[in-house]
Amino acid sequence: MSGLEALALALMVPGTVFFVAGTVGMLRFPDAVSRLHALTKADGLGLVLIAAGAAVAAGSAGVALRLVLICVLVGLAGALGAHLIARLVRSGGEG
Amino acid sequence: MSPAFALSLTVLMTVLLACILGGLLRVLRGPTRADRMLAAQLFGTTATAVLILMALATGDRSLIDVALAFAVLAAVTVVAFVATSGRGAP
Repeated sequence: MSGLEALALALMVPGTVFFVAGTVGMLRFPDAVSRLHALTKADGLGLVLIAAGAAVAAGSAGVALRLVLICVLVGLAGALGAHLIARLVRSGGEG
Repeated sequence: MSPAFALSLTVLMTVLLACILGGLLRVLRGPTRADRMLAAQLFGTTATAVLILMALATGDRSLIDVALAFAVLAAVTVVAFVATSGRGAP
């Protein structure tokens, strides 16, 4: 395994661990808002780590640019979705 | 690509798929529709991550564009859910 591949794995394995942690939190936490808290942050960070590892392994500017775009979009979507769902739960719409 | 790296990518993808299975468990148990939409948000991000790893494993770079489409569509599902659930929609 080359040095770049080892570096990519060193980024992607923690990313996957964050995904597992977010999923476990979503399964174990008691109510919707705390599940939201576990899921959105852990998943966002996990995806950024995996995308960073993929950018290292791919070694191409075009791929890296698209991976950055994916990270920005998922970050925006995660924040937007978390706020909307939390507001819905708080307003009693889905209590 | 070395065989060890390819094997590691396969293991990571399998673990991420197991995360999607955990999300399906949450969809099954609920108890509210907001919890189920949370699982849908998990599916969006996890599918994006799996597609990025798959693009590396197969060398097919068009899969990165598929991941980009998933990232956009995951936001649309949540917004559509919240926009319709406030007006007594099913």
